[in-house]
Amino acid sequence: MEYVIEMLNIRKEFGNFVANDNITLQLEKGEIHALLGENGAGKSTLMNVLFGLYQPEGGEIRVRGKKVDISNPNVANDLGIGMVHQHFMLVENFSVTENIILGSEPTKMGVTNKKDAAQKVAKLSEQYGLNVDPYAIIEDISVGMQQRVEILKTLYRGAEILIFDEPTASLTPQEITELIQIMKRLIAEGKSIILITHKLKEIMDVSDRVTVIRKGQGIGTVTTSETNPNELAALMVGRQVTFKTEKGPAHPTEETLTVKDLVVEDYRGVAKVKNLNLAVRKGEIVGIAGIDGNGQSELIEAITGLRKVKSGQILIHGKDVTGMKPRKVTESGVGHIPQDRHKHGLVLDFPIGHNIALQTYYTAPISKSGIMDYNKITEKAQQIIKDFDVRTQGPHEPARALSGGNQQKAIIGREVDRNPDLLIAALPTRGLDVGAIEFIHSRLIEQRDNGKAVLLISFELDEVMNVSDRIAVIHDGEIVDVVIPEETTEQELGLLMAGHAEKDKKGGKHRVE
Amino acid sequence: MSNRATNLLVPIVSVVLGLIVGAIIMLVSGYSPIEGYAALWNGIFGDLYTIGETLRQITPYLLAGLAVAFAFRSGLFNIGVEGQLIVGWFAAAYVGVAVELPKIIHLPLAILAAAVAGALWGFVPGLLKAKFRVHEVIVTIMMNYIALHVTNALIRTVSEGGDRTERIFASASLRSEFLENLTEFSRLHLGLLLALIMVAVMWFILEKTTLGFELKAVGFNQHASEYAGMNVNKNIIMAMVISGAFAGLAGAMEALGTFEYVSSKGGFTGIGFDGIAVALLGMNTPLGVIFGATLFGSLKYGALNMPNAAGIPIEIVEIVIAVIIFFVASGYIIRLLLLRAAGKKKEAK
Repeated sequence: MEYVIEMLNIRKEFGNFVANDNITLQLEKGEIHALLGENGAGKSTLMNVLFGLYQPEGGEIRVRGKKVDISNPNVANDLGIGMVHQHFMLVENFSVTENIILGSEPTKMGVTNKKDAAQKVAKLSEQYGLNVDPYAIIEDISVGMQQRVEILKTLYRGAEILIFDEPTASLTPQEITELIQIMKRLIAEGKSIILITHKLKEIMDVSDRVTVIRKGQGIGTVTTSETNPNELAALMVGRQVTFKTEKGPAHPTEETLTVKDLVVEDYRGVAKVKNLNLAVRKGEIVGIAGIDGNGQSELIEAITGLRKVKSGQILIHGKDVTGMKPRKVTESGVGHIPQDRHKHGLVLDFPIGHNIALQTYYTAPISKSGIMDYNKITEKAQQIIKDFDVRTQGPHEPARALSGGNQQKAIIGREVDRNPDLLIAALPTRGLDVGAIEFIHSRLIEQRDNGKAVLLISFELDEVMNVSDRIAVIHDGEIVDVVIPEETTEQELGLLMAGHAEKDKKGGKHRVE
Repeated sequence: MSNRATNLLVPIVSVVLGLIVGAIIMLVSGYSPIEGYAALWNGIFGDLYTIGETLRQITPYLLAGLAVAFAFRSGLFNIGVEGQLIVGWFAAAYVGVAVELPKIIHLPLAILAAAVAGALWGFVPGLLKAKFRVHEVIVTIMMNYIALHVTNALIRTVSEGGDRTERIFASASLRSEFLENLTEFSRLHLGLLLALIMVAVMWFILEKTTLGFELKAVGFNQHASEYAGMNVNKNIIMAMVISGAFAGLAGAMEALGTFEYVSSKGGFTGIGFDGIAVALLGMNTPLGVIFGATLFGSLKYGALNMPNAAGIPIEIVEIVIAVIIFFVASGYIIRLLLLRAAGKKKEAK
């Protein structure tokens, strides 16, 4: 078999830290090769070595059988290696074509020749079934479409080997399905793909072979058709992993959160939450299932006081908290794991210890009559780091330096440790690996079992199905139905989420009991 | 190379490089760099008098630097330190002239007036930013012009048509006989002490108080601060008020120490704008501001001696001083070069 890329016994050190140790990855022509590993296992480091951003301390790289020295990304480009980054590198207010030609603008008599470039982009787009408008402005198109622009960018530069770095992290289920089709089309057109991911389902769906790395060590390569998710998970984390979240039956009692006829508008004055009714009781987890952008963010922001309520009521333990400041809501017994941990959840430039104190810094024992006791912050942080298994060098390490999973564990530790009556968890496992997801799910269930109310918002059907006791399906700002996970299927949920509620339903205005 | 060694080497190499380039400029302009630098050295450390004057020059830079640095730490760019300093200068001088009180009341009152005036001048852009999201850079720049011309008009009114006020009463003066005797009758005054206390105050607010925790959080990430229940708008206003108060105190240094009066100005003093460089050189930390202000104050004052003692025109002198400061500010580039040089050595082995 012909290998287009061989990375043999790669070793990469940072000071005393070995990020990659003896990793071998061989990419066959025309295959989708998954690179699987936990957050921080060294996947990105390995790919950065291939892309010329890092120089390895040991091992060798061969492209089409020839030994190469990839000293910088330009060399990688010339060798036909292209990278589709997880965080898109696009200029928001430029057009698709302008983004694609950025850095190597074709010119005609000294003037940028966008017309020919746009034609070439359109042709490529058609050839690979990407359906991208070359003249669209980036900020006007969806995240999934932006990703296709990234793909086009690599194709435009003549990439034969495409590296996808966690491509599904920010996509909706539909967009993921479309991406998988695109990847298959690319293979059919003779490209080869390395897919970096920790999502086992995707690997099973699209990949031909899988190379697993764990804590910087190459574990080995397996053929996808000869393995199963359980085996892959065990290889990745080094122990058996339970997929079906273990939980007993719920024992819900009185209502903790009651939302009545809530209307919330976005900044343009367009209603995003429309007469929404919802209740979460003590001792249950209510999952909100829905496609991104159907009012979930506005709903949570309204409950937590971050966004103005147009009309309607929000009650916690029967007490009206509508229109209260975030701090008042928090003090009413609400914990909030925010959707975007970098924007809302953390002050990235603060030490992780400060971040753990972000909700309690103004209260005793940390703060007394306006004076901070930073030793108390350190003590508290050490306790939460230990209790919630946050892997960090200590409370003084900047939050930015932690991996996504550990940042999230710190946030969850901060919110759960205050023992709130209502815990709102918005996409709590986004971008995390199976080990961390398992941990976070068990913490949410633990809160429920302690008689707390939990509101879970997720775009992942698996998560909603596994963790919730009841599922409220949101579509276009309304709860269209409430179902019990055991009595429904992913298909039914998918239809509800897409707005195909049965016509004889009471028009979405029914109350969740 | 160890981290500590680089940290120590970077400023030294930067200053040396700055001096070398400065020397080249003097050389090609036909002046002796040796004479020039000797004059600069003597202008800073020549005798007790010049040392006293250098320290006096450093004093307002300390406070202006603190003002800029404090706002920066809260995520705000206060370009209005100049205007806040001017109103502080006027307020202190006015209180110093208008009433005669026992020193124990008069001096603190005059200092307080300067701080309040500066704080008020900071409050306006703070309020506009908090309530209407008007960018503080625009407002503070405009407030600088308002400060300049309003104080000029007030000075004319107070002095009944003149262009400077009376000398302040001795009871409002920061001058001290002890310091004057110590430094051969330089104008070194007690303000230096006040400025150093303010360095400690800034450190205390930022590192020890709940307010400081909030200000820094808001400076880094407003969204997360709001999520954590902080009042972002209140913090923006507080940051501008405290920053303005520091700037006002810088004005008090001139009003109650250096000049003991206020005169109408044809243009800005420049101290407030130099405060931006002082803060950035000091990486916006209180201790760093001491370093930045010392560098700025010494070079600015010492340079005054270069035209007299070495016959170098003031224009060349200003270029040389700017070049030295430029190299110090380019510490990052120097660090990069040092690391690269160290890396080469390692590879050669």
